[in-house]
Amino acid sequence: MIDYISLSYWDLALGAIFILINGVISIAFRLGLAKKLFIVALRMVVQLSIVALLLKAIFAISSPWLTLLVALAMGLFAGREIYARQDKKLSGLWGYSIGAGSMMIAGILVTTIALTTQIQPDPWYKPQFALPLFGMILGNTMTGVSLALDNLTTTLNREQKAVEALLLLGKTRWQAMLPFVRGALRAGFMPIINAMAAMGIVSLPGMMTGQILSGVDPAEAVKYQILILLLIGGATGLGVIGATLASAYRLSDDRDRLRLDRLKTTK
Amino acid sequence: MRAIVDLDENEGEVFLGDIERNQIPAHQWRTLVGFVPAQTGWWADRVGDHFEQTSLAQASSLDELLTGAGMGKEVLDWQVSRLSSGEMQRLGLVRALALEPKALLLDEPTSALDAKTTKLVELLIKQQLSNGVAIIMISHDDVQVKRLANRAYILENGELKKQKLARKRKND
Repeated sequence: MIDYISLSYWDLALGAIFILINGVISIAFRLGLAKKLFIVALRMVVQLSIVALLLKAIFAISSPWLTLLVALAMGLFAGREIYARQDKKLSGLWGYSIGAGSMMIAGILVTTIALTTQIQPDPWYKPQFALPLFGMILGNTMTGVSLALDNLTTTLNREQKAVEALLLLGKTRWQAMLPFVRGALRAGFMPIINAMAAMGIVSLPGMMTGQILSGVDPAEAVKYQILILLLIGGATGLGVIGATLASAYRLSDDRDRLRLDRLKTTK
Repeated sequence: MRAIVDLDENEGEVFLGDIERNQIPAHQWRTLVGFVPAQTGWWADRVGDHFEQTSLAQASSLDELLTGAGMGKEVLDWQVSRLSSGEMQRLGLVRALALEPKALLLDEPTSALDAKTTKLVELLIKQQLSNGVAIIMISHDDVQVKRLANRAYILENGELKKQKLARKRKND
């Protein structure tokens, strides 16, 4: 391993210079961006510093229960993001739990299998491995699930007449919703498919870049990246399919009706 | 009408002959009892993709229905987005008739049609009646009611009242 170059606080302060230059330009041309830019930059620093402290503590304790608790908290936050991204939501608890539930089940399943059979740290729940891995898988699954669900509810709502026309011609609810379920799945898979297709050609992923910068052999970094992408792809797929099918199920009933009344009414 | 074909949640029993609606799956019920809403839905780009033509017999009966509605086979290759509202309405009816339902619910089937095509559609409806298909139809046109109906009701303030038909049809 090549030497790892540690950053001093001075280095970070110098890095902020470009943000400051942006701020000066914005003030000079009255672009109104300076305040916002400074606030988010400051927020980012505070957030990451807190995370550093937290991770340090969690790594030191290295308890399976604490790790699980942190993972669950991450999942709940991600679930809230899915919920917030949806223009039309299922009413009641369904709106939150279908998205968050499928994402968490897929994420936990894939992470656990990867830790116990592929990466195999000792112990397998070692938070240095479990939490970043779960975080990456969760983040991507979250994006996929929220896109798929938003697509499904929006198109079913807009294409009510088309779905009901299919139902009126004697199709079952699954047959009638199939074109729209397909569209939703496609929307949910799009980001991960794009990411894999562009990988290495258009973009060098952050994780791999990070490893290379900290002195890891590129071949090793790439191996990790491939594994992570496969895991992300698998978890995103499971999460997207689960959430889409569960929502389609909830938006129809056993008398083959389309139940848009189960969507929350928006103002 | 949406309730009869079970598209909206509802209570009560509906019979077709001696088949009760809730005894059979809803999708099966809807092949027996057809419903053509005033505004028809389309899910594909091409008109023809909305019709099943797996067998030769199906294709030829579809041909016949299209001709009856004043259209030719070539409409099947048209884009749905280019159809007029009248063409959509007629194709919606043809689409339902092609399934050969035992009963048919029509919500103002000629509301978007001119005099000439209205006549064609009324002829199609009469043909179905003489084939033994039971039809419930909503109309705002008194004269049309007289032309087609065996029995007529007026929906007034939420109450259904039987209306006398001036001219009795012979097969009443």
